Amino acid sequence: MLYLRLFFEFFKIGLFAVGGGLATLPFLEEMADKTGWFTRAQLVDMIAVGESTPGPIGVNMATYVGFTTAGVPGAVIATLGLATPCVIVILLIAAFLKNFRENPLVKSAFYGLRPASAGLIASAGLSVLLVALFKNSPALRVDLLSLVSWNWKAVVLMAVLLYLTRYCKKTKKWHPIAFIGISAAAGVLFQFGA
Amino acid sequence: MKELLDMFITFAKVGVMTFGGGYAMLPILQREVVENKGWAEEAELTDYYAIGQCTPGIIAVNVATFIGYKKRGVLGGIFATLGVIFPSLIIIMSLAGVISAFSDFAAVQHAFAGIRVCVAVLVFNAVVKLWKSAVVDKLTLAIFLAVFAGSTLTNIPVMLFILAAGVLGLAVRSVRKGGEK
Repeated sequence: MLYLRLFFEFFKIGLFAVGGGLATLPFLEEMADKTGWFTRAQLVDMIAVGESTPGPIGVNMATYVGFTTAGVPGAVIATLGLATPCVIVILLIAAFLKNFRENPLVKSAFYGLRPASAGLIASAGLSVLLVALFKNSPALRVDLLSLVSWNWKAVVLMAVLLYLTRYCKKTKKWHPIAFIGISAAAGVLFQFGA
Repeated sequence: MKELLDMFITFAKVGVMTFGGGYAMLPILQREVVENKGWAEEAELTDYYAIGQCTPGIIAVNVATFIGYKKRGVLGGIFATLGVIFPSLIIIMSLAGVISAFSDFAAVQHAFAGIRVCVAVLVFNAVVKLWKSAVVDKLTLAIFLAVFAGSTLTNIPVMLFILAAGVLGLAVRSVRKGGEK
């Protein structure tokens, strides 16, 4: 019974949360209040864990909430519940697109959609960059111009990575995970956090 | 079956190498799915992200379903999705015992401070790659800049940007075509 409810609750989130992983957050807060499966404080931990383990954040959160609530079966059921509506909706759209991809109207819509999509991804990248380049500060906006609030180690790492991934012929073709590994090592070695 | 298994494994690889939200998956997808496997083109990825950002659900799952469906139909969509969620299940469950302590470890925090810099750089490179297929004239440049600024500086829902851009694309294209003929 708990399993069924878990599936259903996450199915609802998958169906109504638009815009990716962190868009599930308000729904999870509501779930915490309504079901008592976990507290809001636990939810904060779950975000931290979802962000600091491999895998898309939204999926990580569902797995963790499911596991906390009902063990291994709970983790599997919550994650599948979250993914099921996405899969159904996308399969419907994909089937439609398959038949209409060459349609001039669809082509025209994508002509406008592509730059918008690229703009959104760039903006998401920028917000990660801001978190990475500045020290934790509540008054972030005010401190942008003050030199002490910059995380200079991160700035140096960024410059090195830009060189390695874009200009250095030897390393340019390396797999992205190699750079992620190097950055994690650099972070630990030079004490990047806090 | 072999192809479906290949799809599952490829997307499991993508899942395990993604640190962050759906956007962090983009550089990995470009390498594994576009360059190594040839399952999709650069421009298609942009389309899938556009749709994935304004349809319900996790963007990473949406994009995986799209690519899987394109290659192998409904089963392909399901296998790709299972692949992308599989690593999360395994990793989170095996860390579960120590998990709330896990993100408090100083070493983990330092490592992720480094990884975030890297993800930002990789996403930047990924956008540069998308640029060629997305920004093709003055209007698309204007849309890119408007959406970039709008979503950085305001809290307007993402869906509205996508809808407006789609409608604008439709309108401008049909007006232009009308003029040519």
